[in-house]
Amino acid sequence: MTPAVRCSGVRQVFGETVAVNGIDLEVVPGEVFGLLGPNGAGKTTTIRMITTLLPAPPGAIEVLGLDVATRRTAVRRMLGYVPQQLSADGTLTGRENVALFARLFDVPQKLRSAQVAAVLDVVDLADVADRSVKTYSGGMVRRLELAQALVSAPRVLILDEPTVGLDPVARDGVWDRIDEIRAATGMTVLVTTHAMQEADEHCDRVALMHRGRIEALGTPGELRSAIGPDATLDDVFRHHTGNTLTQEKGGMRDVRAARRTAGRLG
Amino acid sequence: MSVLPAAPPVASAEQEPGPIRLTRTALSRVATMCLVELQKLRHDRSELVTRAVQPALWLLVFGNVFTRLHAIPTGDVPYLDYLAPGILAQSALFIAIFYGIQIIWERDAGVLAKLLVTPTPRAALVAAKAFAAGIRAIAQAVVVLVLALLLGVSLSANPLHWLGVIVALMLGSAFFCCLSITIAGIVLSRDRLMGIGQAITMPLFFASNALYPVELMPGWLQVINHVNPLSYEVEALRGLMIGTPARLLLDFGVLLAAAAVMITVASALLPRLVRG
Ligand SMILES: Nc1ncnc2c1ncn2[C@@H]1O[C@H](COP(=O)(O)OP(=O)(O)OP(=O)(O)O)[C@@H](O)[C@H]1O
Ligand SMILES: [Mg+2]
Repeated sequence: MTPAVRCSGVRQVFGETVAVNGIDLEVVPGEVFGLLGPNGAGKTTTIRMITTLLPAPPGAIEVLGLDVATRRTAVRRMLGYVPQQLSADGTLTGRENVALFARLFDVPQKLRSAQVAAVLDVVDLADVADRSVKTYSGGMVRRLELAQALVSAPRVLILDEPTVGLDPVARDGVWDRIDEIRAATGMTVLVTTHAMQEADEHCDRVALMHRGRIEALGTPGELRSAIGPDATLDDVFRHHTGNTLTQEKGGMRDVRAARRTAGRLG
Repeated sequence: MSVLPAAPPVASAEQEPGPIRLTRTALSRVATMCLVELQKLRHDRSELVTRAVQPALWLLVFGNVFTRLHAIPTGDVPYLDYLAPGILAQSALFIAIFYGIQIIWERDAGVLAKLLVTPTPRAALVAAKAFAAGIRAIAQAVVVLVLALLLGVSLSANPLHWLGVIVALMLGSAFFCCLSITIAGIVLSRDRLMGIGQAITMPLFFASNALYPVELMPGWLQVINHVNPLSYEVEALRGLMIGTPARLLLDFGVLLAAAAVMITVASALLPRLVRG
C-alpha cells in the first residue's frame, strides 16, 4: 500500500541551524502518527516541508505517492493542515472561515453549505457558527480550525501541536474530535506534540525527534517497554532527549527513583 | 455525529489540469478571496469612517488654508478643486500601503500558511488583496467626495468619468498594495516594513502632483514625478473629476502596466514570507 506520507533522508538547514537532519519515516494510511519531541526538535520544520511550505528536493517527500517537490498543487489538494498558531480569521464568523476553505478546495456549490454545516456540527460549533471568531475561546478556535481542515475531506490531516495552550477539557475536546473523525472516515492523521500522555493515549505509532533526528520510532507500547517495565512515555522522552535539567542533578535514574518514592508516599 | 464528506480520490490528482481548468480555477479563487475581503469589510464598517477622518482633515484644513493664501498657482481652477483628486489618491495610497503590514500579521498568525496549503495560485491571493485595497479606497473616496461637494468643489456630472475614477483608484490601489506586499516579502518583519513604509509613502506623496502642479517642482523632483505611478493616478483623477487636461490613455496604460507587474512580483515573493 502507498504510504500516506513517506520521508527519506529529509534535511532542512536555516543558515547555521540544521533544523532537520536526515529523517526517514512512513505514515501508514489510516493511522494516527505522532511526531514527538522537545522545543526546537524540528517537528514544525518537517511538517512545513510535507505541506509544501518549505522546499524539499525531488524524491525526499511523498504524500500518497505524489512527490511534494513536483506535484505541489496535487499534494495540497490531499491535505488538511492546522498550523501551530491559532490561525482562524478573527474578523470573520466561524461559518465564513469554514466556507472559505470549502471554496478554496472546490467543494461544489450544491453541497457547500450542507458540508460546511456538517463539519461545524462535528466539532460542536453549530450553535456559535454565526458569531465572530473574535469571541471564541482557544479551544473553540482549535475546533474551528479542525472544521476548516476537514471541510475539503482531506486524505491526510496534518495537525501541528493541536492542543498546546488549551486547558485539559479543551484538549480532550480536540482529541475526541480527532478520534471520532478517524473512526468515521479512516483518514490518516499526522500530529506533532510534546504532550507524551496525549500521544500515548491517542497515537497508533509515534516517532521521537530530537535535534533534527528521529531517535525512536514505534508504537507507544514498544517505546515504553524498550526503556523499562514500568516506564511512561515521559521516561522515553527523557531517555532520548537527555533532559539537561535533570542530568545536572544526577541524571534521570535518580529522578525516576524519586518519582517512584513519591508515588509510594501518596 | 453528522456524516463527514467523502475524501477525493487520489487518482483525480494524477493528471495535471490543462490551461483552461487552471484559468478557471484561478478566476474562481480570486472571486473567493475577494468575497472574503468583502465579508471582512462588512464586519468592520466603522473603520471605513474613522479612516476617512485623515483625508477629510487634509481637504478641510490644508485645502482651505492654501486656498486663502493663494500660495499655489493653479490657474483658473480653485485650489480646493485642484486638491480634491489629490486627496483621493493620497487616501488610497495610505490604505494600500497598510496591506503589507496586514500580510505580515497574517503570516505571524498562521493564516497565510494555511491559505498557501490550499490549491490556490499565489497570484489569486495577491490579486484579492489588491482588490480589497481598491474597495476600501473607493469607500473612503465616497466620504471625501461628499465633503468636497459640501465645500463647494465643482465635480464632473458625467457617469462615464466616475466609472473612470473607480478604475483609476482600483488600479492605483492595486499597485501600492502589491508594492507594500513586495516590500514585506523582502524585509519579512513588521518593524522594518513600518519603517520603510513611512520612509516611502511621504516622498511618494510629495514627489507627485497631488498637492501642486509639476511645473512648480525643481528639476530633480520632476524626474521622480515622471516615474511615480501616483502622479499618473492623480492626473487621471483630476482630468476625470474636474476636467483639467489629462493624458488619459497614457495614465491608464501606466497604471495598468504598473499594477500587473507589481501583482506578479508580489506573488513571486509571497512564499518567501512563510519560509521565514
Ligand atoms: N525560519 C527559520 N529560520 C531560522 N531558523 C529556524 C526557522 N524555523 C525553524 N528554525 C530553527 O530550526 C529548529 C527547529 O525548529 P522547529 O520549529 O521545527 O522546532 P519544533 O520541533 O517545531 O519546536 P516547537 O516544539 O518549539 O514548536 C529550531 O532551532 C529553530 O530555531
Ligand atoms: Mg513546532
